[in-house]
Amino acid sequence: MIEFHLDDRSGLSPYLQLVRQVRQALRLGLLRKGDQLPTVKDVVARLAINPNTVLKAYRELEHEGLVAARPGVGTFVTATLADASLAAHDPLRQELRRWLAKAHRAGLDEESIEALFMTTFRTAAQEDIA
Amino acid sequence: MTAVLQAQGLGKRYSRHWALTDCTLDIPAGRVVGLVGPNGAGKTTLLSLAVGMLAPTSGSIEVLGGRPGASPAQLAKVGFVAQGTPTYAGLSVTDHLRLGARLNPGWDDALARDRTGRLGLDPARRAGNLSGGQRAQLALTLGIAKRPELLILDEPVAALDPLARREFLQGLMEAVAEQELSVVLSSHLVADLERVCDYLIVLVDSRVRVAGEVEELLATHHRLTGPHRDPTRLPADQHLVAASHTDRQTTLIIRTDAPIHDPAWTVGQISLEDLVLAYMNKPTHTDTGRNDRPALEVQR
Repeated sequence: MIEFHLDDRSGLSPYLQLVRQVRQALRLGLLRKGDQLPTVKDVVARLAINPNTVLKAYRELEHEGLVAARPGVGTFVTATLADASLAAHDPLRQELRRWLAKAHRAGLDEESIEALFMTTFRTAAQEDIA
Repeated sequence: MTAVLQAQGLGKRYSRHWALTDCTLDIPAGRVVGLVGPNGAGKTTLLSLAVGMLAPTSGSIEVLGGRPGASPAQLAKVGFVAQGTPTYAGLSVTDHLRLGARLNPGWDDALARDRTGRLGLDPARRAGNLSGGQRAQLALTLGIAKRPELLILDEPVAALDPLARREFLQGLMEAVAEQELSVVLSSHLVADLERVCDYLIVLVDSRVRVAGEVEELLATHHRLTGPHRDPTRLPADQHLVAASHTDRQTTLIIRTDAPIHDPAWTVGQISLEDLVLAYMNKPTHTDTGRNDRPALEVQR
């Protein structure tokens, strides 16, 4: 069982924060197939949030095929994210390190690197949508 | 789904002062509605009209399809926790529950006892000797155990410390999760309501400034920053909520359903708190004056 938390300053909607925390737990292997997610009532009673927020997050996860609701019982994990992509992390991280070193040599400070990364990331994401 | 509250041109006047003017709302059932506005904006007046403690001066209001306070059946459907979460200081916790059982046909005694038990409220203790947080929880218990379809709470957490506030909202949300309960609660602080409400009404100077699903409000409001320019020359589908200028820069908060293409603007998201504050501030008086006033958009 995992425990949710909310960061009011994250800029992310509470529903998205819940979705991400489940995905993160799946990636890290904290949640495995067959594990139960906290019940809506438990999450609500702990975080003092709107039940619809939790329902929406669980529906989204269900839609992604990661969990399944068993009526009257609860919501259970049906898939895992700690898969082949995990193996790709290391080489990608190394490439990113090399790129960072390059950026430093070019005279970019941390803020400039972050700004460059985020704008490129967003533009690429938007182009994907368009 | 039926509307939980519908108002058409609703107004309430106290002698010469209009406490609420031209209020038009259509709130779907199953929501937790946050009613936000500064003190004296008319929140209590609107809530009192909804429970039938006040009669409208103009317009009409329907709650769960009926006229507020019109019949015993209507009274049973609507729970009300008044401002300051009042209890009877001289009565014990048990007395309160007994009173609730006598006065409410749909009283759920098991729920009331379970809740007071879990909260650790001593049944023999007088309400006057409870802490502020415990008194609020007792008032909430009465409101929930009545098993209403709609629970209305007027500034329920205003007087509570942060811990009691959190515990109160936890209890309220738990009730929403367990029962099919719609909720309307007011606060002068949006931060109190941000996590719990999925529908928001901003009331300022006796008028509804904006109302709608929180998610939709957040998706359609944007902060634009860019070089100084005249905000009256915005595209027709961009609705100006607030504007501020320096000699070089203009910052706008706008509402629009359409994407923003103008490359001169840096487009940012705004938080619910910023959104409410933008509507709460007096409208900006630029050259065009009144045209800039945010329209009272309610339902689309």
